Amino acid sequence: MKFRRAPRVIPGLPLAMGVTLLYLGLIVLLPVSGLLFRTFGLEWSEFVAVVTHPRAVASYKVTLESAAYAVAFNAVFGLLLAWVLVRYDFPGRRLLDAVMDLPFALPTAVAGVALTAAFASNGWLGQYLEPLGIKVAYTQLGIIVAMAFTSVPFVVRSLQPVIADLEPELEEAAETLGASPFQTFTKVIFPLIFPAFLTGVSLAFARSLGEFGAIIFIAGNMPFLTEITALVIFIRLEEYDYAAATAIATVVLASAFVMLLITNSIQLWHYRYARKN
Amino acid sequence: MATAATLPTTSAVPRQISRKARRAAWTRRILIGLAFLLTALFLLVPVAVIFQQAFARGVPTFWANITHPETLHAIWLTVLVALIVVPINAFFGLCAAWAIAKFQFRGKKLLIALIELPFSISPIVAGVAYLMVYGSRGIFGPWLEEHGLQVMFALPGIVLVTLFVTCPFIARQVLVLMQSQGVDEEEASLSLGAGGFKTFLYVTLPNLKWALIYGVILCNARAMGEYGAVSVVSGQIRGQTNTLPLQVDLLYHDYNAAGAFAAASVLAVLALITLAVKTIVEIRSRTE
Repeated sequence: MKFRRAPRVIPGLPLAMGVTLLYLGLIVLLPVSGLLFRTFGLEWSEFVAVVTHPRAVASYKVTLESAAYAVAFNAVFGLLLAWVLVRYDFPGRRLLDAVMDLPFALPTAVAGVALTAAFASNGWLGQYLEPLGIKVAYTQLGIIVAMAFTSVPFVVRSLQPVIADLEPELEEAAETLGASPFQTFTKVIFPLIFPAFLTGVSLAFARSLGEFGAIIFIAGNMPFLTEITALVIFIRLEEYDYAAATAIATVVLASAFVMLLITNSIQLWHYRYARKN
Repeated sequence: MATAATLPTTSAVPRQISRKARRAAWTRRILIGLAFLLTALFLLVPVAVIFQQAFARGVPTFWANITHPETLHAIWLTVLVALIVVPINAFFGLCAAWAIAKFQFRGKKLLIALIELPFSISPIVAGVAYLMVYGSRGIFGPWLEEHGLQVMFALPGIVLVTLFVTCPFIARQVLVLMQSQGVDEEEASLSLGAGGFKTFLYVTLPNLKWALIYGVILCNARAMGEYGAVSVVSGQIRGQTNTLPLQVDLLYHDYNAAGAFAAASVLAVLALITLAVKTIVEIRSRTE
């Protein structure tokens, strides 16, 4: 038996939908299509020449490599923080939890100058690292630090809910069966939180690829060595080379879409995985 | 001798448990200690450095830096941009959430993906994209020039890119809550004779209070702090189109560290207030 659809009771669809579509069209779709439109206006050979320019290629390498290291650091740091915040109760827990959002709340340019001052050779942290031969400010390590700083919350916030949902019975069972705490973690807990872990890590990676403000202060910005792709775009703009800026921006946009696709597939898998268990 | 020999066997089990408990307690202590240490070094030291640098030459210098006309103008411009952007995005967020949460239609997932798209786009790319539409060599550039309208390198451009980068914040918070609440209360109110607008104002909005406040705080923090996208479209004209994050950059590259950190400290205070309000909202919404 099929019921005829009841007439709409809730009003306001035309207005709400109209505003939403108009706004998204003007604010989001128009500029993104404008960028693509300009890129399609370029000659293919010109596009390839700009995008594969050695300086641009070097910047892709610096950006990708630094993001990978930053994410590797956050994988460990984020997991530790998420675990401690969910599993243990201690004085200052709520404060520590609130501080995890600091990188999201602090403007990126402010984070940039602050990290540079802290890691400079006479800075609070730099003065202890420099004698050990670790130079952070104005090196690639600086880029990694800035990327790690701005993307920490993604890993922590993705992991917290799934760690809270873990059933204590599983760990107790593992322990009763003679597993060491290390075995319990690697064989029982980690597989369960792995999809959320991967989601957080891919979000952090995507953010690191697009980051600009926090990085340019600390990076030193030496072409081929410590120059990120976002800065190459910015420099092309300052040189009024709009074609090159547009072309490289399109490459970054495309990589963002790929990352979005990857993240969404991971989340879908995560959702199915959670339902199966 | 006999008693001494039997003692270990009788207490073997409890001792094993206590050893395990002791090991767990040590693990706990080490992990919590590490968490605090790393957070302090990595997240808190940089923030502390901002204030140390801002006040390094004393309070009077700090005050002189903050009240410098260019910095004051940057503060004013930043507040103005947020005052324009946050209400617009709140209105958009409520409309989008209402349309998506209260009605069934095709393409809903696509619409949500579109709302969240700005989160995935690098701010620099967003800036370039706007330049390609409204800049002098952009799609609308010639038309705008003909009519004497300046969008790029002026307030409208800064507002537009800020709208772009902050567009998902409020919509997402409100949408998630509205979807979980369904339509029962609104239908009850409507069947009792209240109009659509009245229902929204007296039934829907109070239910959304915390999500809306939460979204507004996050949107405001990002609107005031946006750097990458704004730096592309602002033109960075001193005392005219420099927002506070751009002013930090400008002073820093002028080798005026004290001035740069004084300006940065204003934004750092804003970030700390944002975190405090966010924590309070989280606690309040959980207890209510």
